[in-house]
Amino acid sequence: MFTMYFTEQPMSAYPAEEGLKFGATALMFSNRHFDPVAGSRLYNEYLEQYLYAEEMGVEGIMLNEHHNAPFCMQAKCNIFAAILAGATKKVKIVLLGNPLPLADNPVRLAEELAMIDMISKGRLVSGFVRGGGQEQLATGVNPAYNRERFEEAHDLIVKAWTVPGPFRWEGTHYQHRVVNPWAVPLQKPYPRVWIPGVLSKETIIWAARQRYPYIALNTSIEATKTIWQIYDQVAAEIGYQAGPEYRGYLHQVHVSDNEEKAERNARQFMWMQGEFTGLAHPVWSSPSGYFSPEHRRQFVEFAVGRAVSPRGRPSFEQQVRDGRIVFGTPKTVLPKLRRVLEETRPSIYGFWGNDGTVSPEDARTCIRLLAQEVMPAMREMGKELGLTDPFEANTPVHLNYSTDLQARPQAAE
Amino acid sequence: MATEWSDREVALGEVRIRLARGGAGRPVLVLHHDIGTLPRLPFYDALARHCDVLVPNHPGFGRSPRAEWLRSVRDVAVLYQWLLCELGIERPALVGLGFGGWIAAEMATMAPTAFHRLILVGAMGVKPPEGEILDQAILSYIDYVRAGFHDPAAFARVYGDVSTDQLVEWDICREMTFRIAWKPYMYSQTLPHLLGGVTASALVVWGEDDRIVPRSAGELYAARLRRARFESVAAAGHYVDMEQPDALARLVTAFIEGN
Repeated sequence: MFTMYFTEQPMSAYPAEEGLKFGATALMFSNRHFDPVAGSRLYNEYLEQYLYAEEMGVEGIMLNEHHNAPFCMQAKCNIFAAILAGATKKVKIVLLGNPLPLADNPVRLAEELAMIDMISKGRLVSGFVRGGGQEQLATGVNPAYNRERFEEAHDLIVKAWTVPGPFRWEGTHYQHRVVNPWAVPLQKPYPRVWIPGVLSKETIIWAARQRYPYIALNTSIEATKTIWQIYDQVAAEIGYQAGPEYRGYLHQVHVSDNEEKAERNARQFMWMQGEFTGLAHPVWSSPSGYFSPEHRRQFVEFAVGRAVSPRGRPSFEQQVRDGRIVFGTPKTVLPKLRRVLEETRPSIYGFWGNDGTVSPEDARTCIRLLAQEVMPAMREMGKELGLTDPFEANTPVHLNYSTDLQARPQAAE
Repeated sequence: MATEWSDREVALGEVRIRLARGGAGRPVLVLHHDIGTLPRLPFYDALARHCDVLVPNHPGFGRSPRAEWLRSVRDVAVLYQWLLCELGIERPALVGLGFGGWIAAEMATMAPTAFHRLILVGAMGVKPPEGEILDQAILSYIDYVRAGFHDPAAFARVYGDVSTDQLVEWDICREMTFRIAWKPYMYSQTLPHLLGGVTASALVVWGEDDRIVPRSAGELYAARLRRARFESVAAAGHYVDMEQPDALARLVTAFIEGN
């Protein structure tokens, strides 16, 4: 089992009541509410926390990015990845990830990631995402071509990483006269790619077809099981056996040295009123063409207030009951986490430990207890339950490097 | 007497266009807004009392299926030249409504002598010298369409309690609009430089309270087209055709039939 620490890097100094008043906390919520003095302090606090996490024995640090929103200060995950590449020694730097469609020059991304991989001496995991709907609007990228751009940018980056240049790329969305970056990844054939997601079936299927691990982002146990059914079925059709080594899970887990403090801090997961839990304008978070046509009818009803959000907006108590938010001391959270392991069998486990206005001291306590008590116990449980991670199993980085594909059974004549 | 409308599908290579046609007289190609069109509108009926009116659904909008390869408004303009050719229609008048006005202007610049008249109503397609074209990407479906009416009662008269089918259609239209007009949003940087070649007489009509396309865009069209007249319509927003159908039909038919 591979464990990692995550925080959204919240811009926790923004006036939350202004977001409530405005009715949305992304895209058009004015950046006059961003305080760069607080921003400078917070960036440095988050950096110190990552370094502390490594010192405490965390195996991986997960980074992400969002735009035009207070819930995540990282506007470019490669910037923190580059800092950590030089400032840390052992942790895996797990990017979940770079939003490929937002890139107008994927070759540039390939170069940046190759640099991070070399500087970190091969510690990069390079996840890719489609980016949220608001991100498309914030960066002026056409949401109607989001998936096409995602897939083409991926193919171009992988080619830039694996095929010696120079070569030419004449695609639908990207055209490059000369692809010949003088920075290629240290890890061969290329750094591991993991694909995070929330509910898009197309992305699960795409990840399974590439044989990339899929990281379910804070989904309920039932939703997570559905994801693995889809993934496993695609894998079986292609001819490989999917299992724990292809399954990741990001979980909101806050631990502390006492229950009351843990609960108080866990309530900060609700602070983030935008991404998963609330204050998103539907038309901004799902611009036309961004989501799957099969949800069109349900979505337009939601967009005009005639139906509830497909993602729901469950209360703190509901999320605790569903197991999506877990809090407590190491002793009380471990049985809850064991249940997730037993029921959904992931081998990659992300701990979304701190959010909102959790104090730096409490964040450090959480990190220490995660690293020294929860994560080691999880790894033991992982061994006991046979949850072998992709590094331990040495799985192929991509389907193309498989040596174990089974021929599909032929239909009976 | 009520106009009889035929409804058919026309194949242009792999592209299929739904086409409504009614009335008799000089042919008039009417190009609808970015929000698609209702199948029948009083404005179409009023025109059809004087003309042979053709109302296609743009490919990917409403009832015409999407052509995956289509990437620009100019592509649509070329397809409509093809449609006219396929139907054997010569020297029609063009009536472009809003987004359809952009398509009409592109068509006219491609074939400067091919059209009897060019009528642009609240036309998109050029960057307004003052103000900006309202961005539907950050507005809900109903809010965007409402913004196109001067009088909220006119919106209610046309769309009533907006049905879910209508919302779905607006979303499909919006997706197709994004596919072909995302950036720059709703205008061509080159079109203003090409308008001077158009020989047809042009009528540029603007609703006095158009909150979707600034009037300055209309004034630019009128300045760049060599034989253009600018008219504004009172008590109308962007959707002059839906809000003041009779007034617009009178202006348009008089212009088409005039010398």
